[in-house]
Amino acid sequence: MTSEKSKWLSTPYVAWSIMFILIPLCMIFYYGLTDKSGAFTLENVAAIASAEHAKALWLSLLLSLISTLVCFLLAYPLAMILANLQVNQHSFIILIFILPMWMNFLLRTLAWQTLLEKNGVINSVLSFLHLPNINIINTPCAIVLGMVYNFLPFMVLPLYNALSKIDENVINASRDLGAGSIYTFFRITLPLSVPGIISGITMVFVPALTTFVISTILGGSKILLIGNVIEQEFTQASNWHLGSGLSIVLMIFIILNMITSAVFDKEGTGLI
Amino acid sequence: MNKKLADCVKNIYIALIFLFLYAPIATLMVLSFNKSKTRAKWGGFTFKWYAELFENEIILEALGNTLLIATLSALIATMIGTVACVAMNGMKKRSRAILLGITNIPMLNAEIVTGISLMLLFISMGLRFGLGTILLSHITFNIPYVILSIMPRMKQLNPSTYEAALDLGASHVTAFFKVVFPDLLPGILSGFLMAFTMSLDDFIITHFTKGAGVDTLSTKIYTEVKKGIKPEMYALSTLIFVTVLFLLLLVNMTPSRKKQS
Amino acid sequence: MKKRNMKKFLIPALTFAFAGITAGCSSSGGGENGEVIVYNWGEYIDPETLEQFEEETGIKVIYDEFETNEIMYPKVESGAASYDVVCPSDYMISKMIDHDMLAEINFDNIPNARDNIGAQYYEQSKDFDPENKYSIPYCWGTVGILYNKTMVDEPITKWAQLWDEKYADNILMQDSVRDAFMVAEKLNGFSMNTVDPAQLETAKNALIEQKPLVQAYVIDQVRDKMIGNEAAIGVIYSGEAIYTQRENPDLEYVIPEEGTNVWIDSWVILKDAPNKENAEKFINFMCRGDIAVKNFEYITYSTPNDAARELIEDEDIKNSETAFPDLSQYPNLETYVYLGEDGDALYNELWKEVKSN
Repeated sequence: MTSEKSKWLSTPYVAWSIMFILIPLCMIFYYGLTDKSGAFTLENVAAIASAEHAKALWLSLLLSLISTLVCFLLAYPLAMILANLQVNQHSFIILIFILPMWMNFLLRTLAWQTLLEKNGVINSVLSFLHLPNINIINTPCAIVLGMVYNFLPFMVLPLYNALSKIDENVINASRDLGAGSIYTFFRITLPLSVPGIISGITMVFVPALTTFVISTILGGSKILLIGNVIEQEFTQASNWHLGSGLSIVLMIFIILNMITSAVFDKEGTGLI
Repeated sequence: MNKKLADCVKNIYIALIFLFLYAPIATLMVLSFNKSKTRAKWGGFTFKWYAELFENEIILEALGNTLLIATLSALIATMIGTVACVAMNGMKKRSRAILLGITNIPMLNAEIVTGISLMLLFISMGLRFGLGTILLSHITFNIPYVILSIMPRMKQLNPSTYEAALDLGASHVTAFFKVVFPDLLPGILSGFLMAFTMSLDDFIITHFTKGAGVDTLSTKIYTEVKKGIKPEMYALSTLIFVTVLFLLLLVNMTPSRKKQS
Repeated sequence: MKKRNMKKFLIPALTFAFAGITAGCSSSGGGENGEVIVYNWGEYIDPETLEQFEEETGIKVIYDEFETNEIMYPKVESGAASYDVVCPSDYMISKMIDHDMLAEINFDNIPNARDNIGAQYYEQSKDFDPENKYSIPYCWGTVGILYNKTMVDEPITKWAQLWDEKYADNILMQDSVRDAFMVAEKLNGFSMNTVDPAQLETAKNALIEQKPLVQAYVIDQVRDKMIGNEAAIGVIYSGEAIYTQRENPDLEYVIPEEGTNVWIDSWVILKDAPNKENAEKFINFMCRGDIAVKNFEYITYSTPNDAARELIEDEDIKNSETAFPDLSQYPNLETYVYLGEDGDALYNELWKEVKSN
C-alpha cells in the first residue's frame, strides 16, 4: 500500500484522535501544569516524588506487573490449547471469554467479595469439606486476584488471535527438520506470537495500573494505589490540578509503550 | 496413552480457568433468586425479582439505552479502527508508533480524567448532553480496543497476496475486501466484541458525559450502591447472560447438526 | 467458512441492535405544565411519589441521580446538564453557597416546608446555611457505631473502643476523609470542623495507630459486611441501621459518648435553574406529610418532617431512638461545614498519609 493512500485512509482516525483524544489531553496538561490561580507550575507533576505518591505508584507498578505476569502465564497455555481446536469455533471461543464481562464490572467485583469474605462462599465450602479456610480478602493478594480476573480476557484474546494465525505448516516443517517441541516452541511459536504478546501486555498492564475500584472493594481500601490517589484528587479533594499533574506522570508509561512497540516493530517488519 | 494424558491435562486446565471466570457469574445468578435484599444473607428462594424487573420501566429504559449505545459505539469504533489499522500498516514506523501511542491514551488515563476532560470538551463545543455525547465518548474509548485487537493480525498479513491480487487486475477496494479483510476478520470481530463489552461496562465516563435523566445500566447500578444494589439488577444480568449464552449455543450447534446429516 | 463466522456473530449483534433501537426510542417530551429537573442521591426517593407529582401537577419530572456529593458538584458547576433542584449534604451546601450557586428560597411558595419541617432541623442547618435562606432539610441522621452483640464482650459506647486491640481485624471504618477524621477528632475532643494543623496531626496519628486493627475502609459495603457477620464493629450512618437490624437482629446501633456528626441532606434550588416555579412546587410536594412518610418508608433515613412522623404506623419505628434520637440528649453533636479549598487540601493530604502508611 502506498503511503499516500495510507495518509488518506488515516484521515478519519487522525481527525477523531485530535478532536477527542488530543484536545481533552491538552486540557489535562493545562490543569496539570497550572495552579489554582492559573499560573504555570511544575508542582503538580513533581508531587509524584512525595512519599505517599511515590509509594502508591510503586505499589501500583508492582501489583499490575504481577497481575500481568500471572495473566500471561495463565493465558499462554490456554491460548495455545484453544488455537489448536477446530477453527470454526473461533467466534464461539472469543465470546465465551468476553461473556463474563457482560455482567457489570461492579457486580462482578462485588461477587468476588461475596466469594472471598471470611464467611464467604469459598470458605463455607472449605469448612464443609473440613479444609483450612483462606483469608485473602482485604490483602494485596485479593487485589491481584481481582486484576487477573478482570483483565485475563484481554490477555487471552490477542494471544489466541496471534497463535491461531500461525501457519501449522511452519511448525510441522520445524518438526520435520528434527527440532524438538520445546525447541520449536521457543524458535517458532513464541517469536511468531510476539505481536499478540505485546497487545496482551498493553491491554492488561495499562488498565491495571490505573484501576481503583478493585483495590477499594477487594483490598478494603487499605492499600493506596496511584489510581486511588488520582480518583481521590478528582472526586474527594476536588483538586483537578494535582489529579491532572499525576495523570501526566502516568503518560510516561505511554511513551515507554510507544518505544516498546517501535522496538518490536523492527522485528515485526521481518515477518511481513 | 501419552496423548490421552496430555488431553486430560488440557481439559482440566480449561475447566479450571472457566471455573475461575464463571464463579462470580454463578454467584450473581444465585443471588438473583435470593429473597433477601442483601448479598450477605440467603433469605430463601424467590422469583419475585424477575417479576419486579419487568415492571420496572426505569431499568428497562436504561437497558435500551445501554444496548443502543454499546451497539452503535462498537460499530462505529470498529469501522474507524479497522480503517485506521489499514492506514497505519502503510505508515512509516515512527508515525505509526506515535499514532499507536495516542491511541492508548484513553485506555491509560484514569477513567475519571477522560470523563471530566470530555465533559469540558463537550461544554466548550456547546453540545447538548444526552445520548449523543455518551455515544461520542464511548466511540473514543472503544477505538483503542479495536485497534489493539486488529493490529497483531495486521502485522502477520502477507502483503504479497494483496499485491498479487492487484497484479491480477483487482481494484484496491476489491483486493482489500477479497484478500485482506477475510484475514483481518477474526481480529475485527474480537475488536467489535471488546468494544461492545467495554461500552456496556463503563460508568465514570458515561456519568460525566450524560444528560439529566438519561441512564445506562452501569450508571443505574452505581447510583444504587449507596442504598444497596437491588436484586432486580442481578436478575437482569442473569437474563442477559443466559440469553446470549443460549443464542451462542444455538448458532454454534446448527452447523454441526448439518454435518451429521 | 469465513462467511459463516460472520453470520454467527452478526445474528446476536443484530438482535441486540434491533432490541436497543426499539427500546431506545421511548422517551417523551415535557408535561403539559413544563418540567422540573431533579438531581438526587441514588435510590433516595420512592419512585411512586414522582409519578404522583406528575399526575397531580402535570409537571414532568426529569430525574437524575448521583453517587457522591463530589461527583455531583463538578457536573452542576459546569452546567453540563441544567438542573433545577439538587439534594446535596450540609458541607456541600455551604460550598455551593460560597460559590454563589444557589437561589434564595421563597418560603411563601413552599408553605409545607415552613409548616412541616421541625424547627430543630432548621436550627441544626444554621451550621452550614446560617440564615436558613437556601436549603430545606430532606433527610438527616447521625454517624454512629453498629456492633454485633454476639461478637463483642461488652456493649460498645464510645469511639475509643475502636482503638481496642481485642477487636483487631474486626473493625470497619468509613472510607471517606471527613467521616474518618471526624472519629479521630471526636476521640480527642476536637471539633470535626477544625483546621488547626496541630489538632489534625494528632487526629492523623490516631488514625495511623488504628490502621492495623482495621479490617477494611468501606463506604456502602459496611451494611452487607455487618449483616454477613464479617466484622464486629462498623462505623455507619443511622439510616442504614434500621435496615441492617431488620436483616440481622444481633446488630445494635449507638451514638458514641464523645459526640458525633449530625448530617443533613437538603433540597436546594440552583441559581440558574430554568424552571424555578416548578422547582418550588416540587419541593413543596415533597414536604407534604403523606409524601414524606412514603419516602421515609422507602429509604429508611430519618425524616425531618414532623407531619410525616405523625403518620408512621409502626409505633416502634415512630419512637425509635435510632431513627429519631432526641438531639438534646447528646452532647457534642456537630454538622460538617465547608472548610475552604485549603482546609480540604490539608485533610486530603493527611488522609493520604494515613492510607499509604
